[in-house]
Amino acid sequence: MDPVTVYIVRRIINYLILTAVASSLAYVLASVGLNPVWQFENRHPRPPQSSIDQLLDAWGVNPSVPLIERTWTWFVNLFHGDLGLTVGNQPVIQQIAVRAGVSLQLLLVGSILGAIVGVILGVWGAVRQYKLSDQAVTVISYIIFATPTFVMGILLMILATNFNNLLGVQVITFSGQYSANAAPDLWSQVWDRISHALLPTLVLILLGAASYSRYQRNAMLDVLGADYIRTARSKGRTRGAALVRHGVRIALIPMSTFFAYSFGTLVAGSAMLEIVFSWHGMGEMTIQSVQQNDINSLAGSTLFVAILILCSSTLSEILYAALDPRVRR
Amino acid sequence: MALPETDLLTQPDTAADLEPVTTAPGAKPASRGRVIWRRLQHTPRFWIGGVVIVLFVLLALFGRFLTPWAPTDQDVDNMNYPPTVLHWFGTDLLGHDLFSQIVSGLQKSLIIGFIAGPAATIIAGILGATAGYLGGWGEKAIAWLIDLLLVLPSFFILVLLYPFTHGSWVVLMVFLAVTGWMIMAQVIRNQTRSLRDREFVKAARYMGFGTWSVVRRHVIPNVASLLIIDATLGVAAMILAETSLSFFGFGVQPPDVSLGTLIADGQSAATTRPWLFLFPAGTLIVLLLAISLVGDALRDAIDPTSGVNRA
Repeated sequence: MDPVTVYIVRRIINYLILTAVASSLAYVLASVGLNPVWQFENRHPRPPQSSIDQLLDAWGVNPSVPLIERTWTWFVNLFHGDLGLTVGNQPVIQQIAVRAGVSLQLLLVGSILGAIVGVILGVWGAVRQYKLSDQAVTVISYIIFATPTFVMGILLMILATNFNNLLGVQVITFSGQYSANAAPDLWSQVWDRISHALLPTLVLILLGAASYSRYQRNAMLDVLGADYIRTARSKGRTRGAALVRHGVRIALIPMSTFFAYSFGTLVAGSAMLEIVFSWHGMGEMTIQSVQQNDINSLAGSTLFVAILILCSSTLSEILYAALDPRVRR
Repeated sequence: MALPETDLLTQPDTAADLEPVTTAPGAKPASRGRVIWRRLQHTPRFWIGGVVIVLFVLLALFGRFLTPWAPTDQDVDNMNYPPTVLHWFGTDLLGHDLFSQIVSGLQKSLIIGFIAGPAATIIAGILGATAGYLGGWGEKAIAWLIDLLLVLPSFFILVLLYPFTHGSWVVLMVFLAVTGWMIMAQVIRNQTRSLRDREFVKAARYMGFGTWSVVRRHVIPNVASLLIIDATLGVAAMILAETSLSFFGFGVQPPDVSLGTLIADGQSAATTRPWLFLFPAGTLIVLLLAISLVGDALRDAIDPTSGVNRA
């Protein structure tokens, strides 16, 4: 096997072990921190201890069982595709199956478009360094960095409300993912989804584009003065072709690691946006499970996040190897 | 997690050479600290950000003397009122004066940011320098710990840790510092690794100085600039983390208020009574912007080859 594949496989195994350890630790933290008996304590009359125990045992969260045993059971069941029951007595895995698509749609569309916009703005800023457009992008990205994700979401909601009021029709909708009363034909359904997704996706795009454009601009500035750009120009390539074929490609190499490393910020950001825009995704599940003292749901949704990060790290290793010819040899 | 391998090593002498400071003949050459200070003085970003931060700190300290209302006072005659001369930032549903609430929220957010940010930097400095200098198993263990903590975004770790705060903002501050040092530690570790093989560090080691003295006298001073920048930007990062957590109910708990809890309170009224949302949110954005301006100006002054001023 060639050394690059061996290297990538070793990295992936390392990430897998880290993910398993981190998820088990998350389960331990959730078990110690949350109090599953809480929801019975405020009931009048309090249910008999035997039926409480029966439920706690069914969820696998009975405090009378040693924590290490509960964690081991959770970990073993994990490999059978069983993440336990929610406090609503539904399989956690089923909840995840329903919600994962919601989060992934927001996250993937937002981060991919954000990366594309960020790379383009970064290259543009580097080529037109110190020009008005470059400085405008810089100032705007500073403001975006200083604005918390949830504030940006709410600000866009206020703007959209004013915009709708101005036009007198509801053009942008921003609560939930779709409206129940949308017309049944395909076109209205699609438009309804897009108009709901517009604002939260826009926030993620802004968030990603702001940080990617700064890094891409720096990486590009490193490349612009390089000899191989001059060589390409003297071979007769136009400025644009030399920059794109030789400049952007090289400047993208350090970006592949940065994509993975900033992905965590976007995952946290999209979880916050789900709450702000009332989307029923994984971020909402995480936050609700803490409020409801739901150990299995919290552990399950944390595992989901850890797997997302695992995938993005693996992808960035592969991307790095694919982009950098020195790694390929 | 893979991080960009950065080599930000700034050598004290070359940095000073870039912009020769004219000194009278026979006078002592300008120290590195003075060179950086002179560069900062010519950076408008440093002054704008610095003045805004000082104003906010003064507001947090003495703002309560500017208004007759205490944060807990209820003005029952003027409930739910837009900004007026009487209530500069308006009042909420219960007649609380928003200005005095913001002053008190600003206090909490500033305290948390100014303690947790530098605390995270200290953890990063100690663990990063130790890992890089020790090598071997010690380095492997610390690197593994860093990788482990980076599996989950810190927002999720802090949500998991929320039940353990028991509503105390002091514990929250500790948790913020404990989950916010990993990336800087990674950078410091790489720096220290390259320092370890340099002649002056080797010389000190062969002269018989112990690990701790070498780290203290040669490694820390050489990464100090990075640590100063990180501590400054860390203040903004910690305020951002605290307000995000507080907004979702996992941070500062009532009766304490922070900018995050105020924004959360104002959120439901954002479209109908926008002042309740816009004033605390605006305060937060301007504060974070000011801190990052100062942090960036510092970075450029310490390492002129990085950032926006690069050639």
